[in-house]
Amino acid sequence: MGRIKPRHHYPEERKYKGSFFATKLNYVIGWGRKFSIFHYPFITACCGMEYMSAACGHWDFDRFGVGMTTFSPRQSDMLFVVGTISHKEAPVLRTVYEQMCEPKWVIACGACTLSGGIYDNYAVVQGIDKIIPVDVFIPGCPPRPETILDAIEKLQDKIQYQQQDWRWKSKK
Amino acid sequence: MEIEKVINELKVKFKDDITEFSIQFGDHVIRIKRESLQDIVRFLKKTPHNFSMLLDLTCVDYIGEKLRFEMVYHLYSISNKNRLRLKIRLDENDLKIDSLTSFWGNANWLEREVFDMYGVRFNGHPDLRRLFMYDGFEGYPLRKDYPLRKRQPIIPMRNEDAD
Amino acid sequence: MPTRLQKEANKENLLINMGPSHPAMHGTIRIMLELDGEKILNSEVEVGYLHRGFEKTCEDKTYFNLLPYTDRLNYVSPLINNLGYVMTMEKMLGIETPERSQYIRVILCELSRISDHLTALAAMTMECGAFTAFLYYIQAREELWNIIEQTTGARMTTSYIRIGGVRADLHPDIKIQLEKATKINRRVLKDNHGLLDKNRIWINRTRDVAVVSPKMAVNYGFAGPCLRASKVNYDVRKAQPYLVYDQLEFEVPLGDNGDNYDRYLVRMKEMEQSLRIIEQCMNLIPKSAGPEELMTKGLEPAEAIKVSRKKRLEDTIKLSPNLEGSEKVKYPGILTGDKKYIVPPKEDTYSSIEGLIHHFKFFMKDHGIRPPKGDVYFSVEGGNGEVGYYIVSDGTDKPFRLHLRGPCFHIVSALEEMIKGHYVADVIPTFGSMNMIGGELDR
Repeated sequence: MGRIKPRHHYPEERKYKGSFFATKLNYVIGWGRKFSIFHYPFITACCGMEYMSAACGHWDFDRFGVGMTTFSPRQSDMLFVVGTISHKEAPVLRTVYEQMCEPKWVIACGACTLSGGIYDNYAVVQGIDKIIPVDVFIPGCPPRPETILDAIEKLQDKIQYQQQDWRWKSKK
Repeated sequence: MEIEKVINELKVKFKDDITEFSIQFGDHVIRIKRESLQDIVRFLKKTPHNFSMLLDLTCVDYIGEKLRFEMVYHLYSISNKNRLRLKIRLDENDLKIDSLTSFWGNANWLEREVFDMYGVRFNGHPDLRRLFMYDGFEGYPLRKDYPLRKRQPIIPMRNEDAD
Repeated sequence: MPTRLQKEANKENLLINMGPSHPAMHGTIRIMLELDGEKILNSEVEVGYLHRGFEKTCEDKTYFNLLPYTDRLNYVSPLINNLGYVMTMEKMLGIETPERSQYIRVILCELSRISDHLTALAAMTMECGAFTAFLYYIQAREELWNIIEQTTGARMTTSYIRIGGVRADLHPDIKIQLEKATKINRRVLKDNHGLLDKNRIWINRTRDVAVVSPKMAVNYGFAGPCLRASKVNYDVRKAQPYLVYDQLEFEVPLGDNGDNYDRYLVRMKEMEQSLRIIEQCMNLIPKSAGPEELMTKGLEPAEAIKVSRKKRLEDTIKLSPNLEGSEKVKYPGILTGDKKYIVPPKEDTYSSIEGLIHHFKFFMKDHGIRPPKGDVYFSVEGGNGEVGYYIVSDGTDKPFRLHLRGPCFHIVSALEEMIKGHYVADVIPTFGSMNMIGGELDR
């Protein structure tokens, strides 16, 4: 069934507020969505090694419902950006993000995706939130696999309690 | 054959073209003139010297000096286990040198990388264009007068406060 | 802007793009193919999607500061890149390292080399469909990374090998853990040999595909397993022995044909040889300086806080905030005695004025490591081949030019010729057997 209590105490001000039936319907749709995430791993650099560790036997993230790896943006819910994004790669990332269908979420894994990391030079984008909107940021260079699992749990909380967009609405 | 014998033979055969012999921290380095690059390489590749592998090809920017750029070639011989370094100085206004693509296959990409980063042109290269940087990038990044943080984004960046 | 292939290709043939973000978990590279049915007529490879400006960034940092940047070059075997940079600097400065630190360096480099081969083969077999082999390889890699984490403090980007030696000493229990890890690794290797060596599907996909003749391999500057699979015997550890490799016994496996199957088999055999090297090192390593236990004596941290509330603390605290094994008593075994090039031990820095000045002068601008003028090249054997560093110094505390000779740059430059005439499905095992690492290719 899942967890009984929310472990991370998702902040009250961001939860969806409405009538009793609307919030319960929101909760159920969110419950269905959070345990069946198809993710697209956009792997470029070193953090990919920790992604591989998090995906395999020792720290499996298949048990959280995120196990299905799809390499087609049209069939995926979540974009998992792992590794440094250079300026040459930026149009590719933007294209992949725009090809995904709503509802979609983005996790930025690693210091290079948050702010460019240790690379502050002519070739690296200083944070991918300059290109696409991001939901969860994972710090670390590279983050340990347990951090990646924690980030997935936080994203699952967000998916459950946010206002589900079952109407067509796009994020800029 | 020993590296000293190779150096002695080079001294005998190419005494006009080689300007300097030195040993830097245990490596043998020779400084040659630009026009004689292909002849010396052809001589070194034959038996018994057998310098069969081009390990590396790079460029150094000595800004402020009269001959600003210096090309550095590293050669290696598998059978004799000898290493040799060739250096050539180039002037900024005449930044051309012969290409080594007819001798080694990996010289193709190595020379494209040097062109991309420094702007050195190679005569006889089949396909000289940028390797690492994207089309539309202006300037040569590894030169000393290119600032480190000058970014040239291709797609417009979002406003950070918007969500 | 049309690429070279788009200009040259025949208008009737199909152009396919295997774009920068693709399922082969190797990184970002773009391969464009011109197809006639399924046969590849022509191809073009575009790199540079992970160009992070390593060489220009290093011209802005001091020699000590740029050590973390070298970790992230070949990120599956990070200690070997560290070693290459540090040995180049030691060649330039003329430093001798103590013998125990050389053995520690060899052990950790071989662990890195095994994890490099495990990752490369894991990705290659997974893309061909052998998912079980992938899971087994990653399980073996986790065991090795546990040991690396206990010694160095980090699983991947370690910055452990420093100019003059290593950062900290080995844990006293390392012999037991290495035995356990080698046992698991040997079992995984045996299982995967059984799964893949004589497997009809594997042989059909990798035998006689992308054959590289010895002449072509040397012409393109290959090195490492790809060169040895084409029957050319060149290993930097045997040709120009560095550290203590000349006192160790190991073989260099060679392949027969130079196809994908040989590149796979050479990597499997090299892992066995690396395990042999680690076992020999554990027998030959000299004893560590100072006592066997690592934790210093003293109070527990919570106790120490309580005591310090009443009066000034005189005892030492038991849990050191530094990496275990980097105490002052261990220094003679792990770092050179030449004081100009190493970080002073924390006991000196925090308790005496000379230590504080020494620490200050090491890290301050214009004062740290200042090598003599000149240029130097040195190479070590990496997971992919010969990793070489070329450093030009002009006497100041920052390098004037630092260039990396990345081995997979030369191997990938031959990809266009290797896949000509084969089918689209052959690109995947070929690309996997080359072990392209984005950080090393694009720097």
